[in-house]
Amino acid sequence: MVIEVRDLRMRYGTTDVLHGVDFTAGPGEVVALLGPNGAGKTTTIEILEGFRLPSDGHVRVLGVDPATGDEAWRARLGVVLQSWRDHGRWKVRELLHHLGRYYTSYSTSHQPRPFDTDELIETVGLTEHAHKKISSLSGGQRRRLDVAIGIVGKPDLLFLDEPTAGFDPHARRDFHDLVHRLSDLEGMTILLTTHDLAEAEKLADRILVLAGGRIIADGSPEQLSRQVEGKSEVRWTHDGSRHVHTADDATAFVRDLFRQHATGISELEVRRSTLEDTYMALVQRHESGQTSEEEVALR
Amino acid sequence: MNAKTQAIRLGVDRGVREFRHSMGSSDQWYNVFTGLAALTVLWFQRDSSVEGSDLSLAAFTLPSMLGMGMVFGALVGPAGQLSTNREDGTLLRAKAVPHGMVGYLVGRTVQTSLDSLSGLLVVLVPGLFLVNVLANAGVDGVLGLIAVLALGMASMLPWGAVAGSITKSPGGAMGITMLPMMGLIAISGIFYPITAMPGWLQGVAQVFPVYWAGHGARAALLPDSAAAAELGGSWRILEMVGVLGVWAVVGFLLAPTILRRMARRESGAEMEQRRQAALQRVR
Repeated sequence: MVIEVRDLRMRYGTTDVLHGVDFTAGPGEVVALLGPNGAGKTTTIEILEGFRLPSDGHVRVLGVDPATGDEAWRARLGVVLQSWRDHGRWKVRELLHHLGRYYTSYSTSHQPRPFDTDELIETVGLTEHAHKKISSLSGGQRRRLDVAIGIVGKPDLLFLDEPTAGFDPHARRDFHDLVHRLSDLEGMTILLTTHDLAEAEKLADRILVLAGGRIIADGSPEQLSRQVEGKSEVRWTHDGSRHVHTADDATAFVRDLFRQHATGISELEVRRSTLEDTYMALVQRHESGQTSEEEVALR
Repeated sequence: MNAKTQAIRLGVDRGVREFRHSMGSSDQWYNVFTGLAALTVLWFQRDSSVEGSDLSLAAFTLPSMLGMGMVFGALVGPAGQLSTNREDGTLLRAKAVPHGMVGYLVGRTVQTSLDSLSGLLVVLVPGLFLVNVLANAGVDGVLGLIAVLALGMASMLPWGAVAGSITKSPGGAMGITMLPMMGLIAISGIFYPITAMPGWLQGVAQVFPVYWAGHGARAALLPDSAAAAELGGSWRILEMVGVLGVWAVVGFLLAPTILRRMARRESGAEMEQRRQAALQRVR
């Protein structure tokens, strides 16, 4: 396993941010950590990066406890954080080349490091900006540079924290292509956080839903969809009053409905719930503090 | 090549690059301003005489300014850069790269040295046209000056790093370095002889590096007769080395621990918090 997390807990003062997070990620897997703001996504990823010490729990990243990871371990990780505005006076190529050279000592015949600077600049689509000052880049270009810096050492494991925040749809599409290429061609394991379900669905082999400091769902996008398949929402009006019902088998429910009321039913609507509905429902239920029976069912 | 050696080399490369970036930027207005200010002071002092000496006041002030400039830059420069780099993520970036912290610290030291050197030349070169203190100083004098300036820098550099580590924002870092420095400069006999100060202030000044860096620079460049205008009427080289040395030793003992602790705590969430705080600040 590239990442192994068991019963991870994090407490700030008297506030528990993570209460017992469990998950794993295998080689070459793209895993999305999905959750609302403040769910503990960034805290989790920062613990894995070795930037934060957990309060309790078992964590192994590339077989090493991040709290004791040395520089050779660090050389195998790529890190892209949320808000970087550094090195504004450097030029794009200058900085990428400079940072890449830190990895030359960790090059092996099996895994040559770092990436060729110009190739990498082309990969992230910054060729025409290679000699521009970093402070003059737009938000999306800046983000692509951050990703380039994150992968310049050809990491075995890449962390992306909200990688597409502030991207326009086009830049987002390009970025998704890049992530696919990295995982397919380089065999990189990628852990990304996002609060955008559509993005998680597009990118990830597996989605972990983090809410209220716990993983409340873990599965491939297909598995998650299947969990909710069949659940539909039926709305109708009967004698002037509006009704809503969530049914496992909408067809049978509607048949039943008409058997009971031969007339008087109008404005009938049957809507299949989407993955997004499930996600929203999951998170909402969790935030309102309800019990965990449903989560267990979902797993 | 060994990864750490490589990181040190990259640190030097970083320092030189950032110095070059700074040379071509608006930072240099600061140097232009200091150069002009120094020149103006020297111009008005060129004919004032100092009691007990046949040298002009300007001849005393020029070396004093060199010593003062060095300790000032060594404290305020790193403090400002470190706190800015914590806020903008440079430090976190260094943390994410293998041996990146080594490269970062070497880079900062190299850049501070180059900055200090350029700040020195900006005062010295125009100043020489008014008072040629180098003419009679000889090679010994110049070597002495270099030694004093190096010691002065070492006495404050680690404290600058500490100030940049313990403060929450660049503004805070400037506050705890700039204000005390201004006060010390005023009482340390840089722009007029310290003998004009009340005795207790003289005592306070002699605890800190500003006075001694100025004293050492004067001792290196001025003729022996000029010592008559100093406290005690002589050059106190041993005391100077002692006070600057103690500041340097204590600083270098303290700084690594504090830097390490600061670096360990540095995380994306902390940085984001500082960023939000900076955005909220009323401008």
